[in-house]
Amino acid sequence: MIRCEDAIRELWGYLADEIGPGERRRVAEHLEACRRCCGELEFLGELRSFVAAAGEQLPSDARVRMETFIATLEGSDDRPDAL
Amino acid sequence: MEFGELARQQLPRLYSLARQLVHEDAEDLVQECLLKAHRSVDDLRDEQAAPAWLTRILVNCARDRYRMRDRRPRESPLPDVEDFSLYRTIAAEDPFPYSDSLHLDFLCRFGPEDVWAVLRGLPELYRVPLVLVHMHDTATKQAARTLGVPLGTLLARLHRGRKLFERDLWDYAVTHDLLRERTPEVKGMPR
Repeated sequence: MIRCEDAIRELWGYLADEIGPGERRRVAEHLEACRRCCGELEFLGELRSFVAAAGEQLPSDARVRMETFIATLEGSDDRPDAL
Repeated sequence: MEFGELARQQLPRLYSLARQLVHEDAEDLVQECLLKAHRSVDDLRDEQAAPAWLTRILVNCARDRYRMRDRRPRESPLPDVEDFSLYRTIAAEDPFPYSDSLHLDFLCRFGPEDVWAVLRGLPELYRVPLVLVHMHDTATKQAARTLGVPLGTLLARLHRGRKLFERDLWDYAVTHDLLRERTPEVKGMPR
């Protein structure tokens, strides 16, 4: 079985499904036997959700300015506007 | 769908991504992206691909800016973070000894501004993949295409970026006094 240090290096990849099947199996085996690494995996899941939720909202004044800019682009049309 | 409709629909996503890429120049970057997109809208054949197409243009505009400012991302030597574990560091340092949920309490100390500050401190080389994949839910294959790098390179940068992010979250908490125990507020007590 792989050591905790080796499992920890792969936990993000395990969580995000970025590692190959062999490595995934080795990490899963380790997790079955190691509560501490399970705790770390759970924490990384929380951290991932935490980062995903930290995106910035578009402020209303910036939206107005950019929509005006889009309208200017549409008005100055020398390009086809249908996709 | 007309260009204007597409652009308006994608504005919130593009702005959020631009804030992570260039921070205070986000609005300029989005406008530059829309201008380029408008000029090359003929290149877009598949309407479904429009969000990824706009993302690629935005990221390329940001990279042009990095180059102009001589902030081109480089593979610079970084401290060894391969074995760093935020989870274990929090457990070992035990900053909130009376907490029943130590790790979640640690995360709760961070407001969005703190998270952005930590992200902005990462080298672009690692920050951009992290932002694309973890903040904008971009699949890793798509992120690799957007950045014009092989998937393996993208995954290696993501791996390193996440470890750096963990380490920098801890350092930020230490240097910004986020680890101090808060005194519980008692209702009815005079201030």
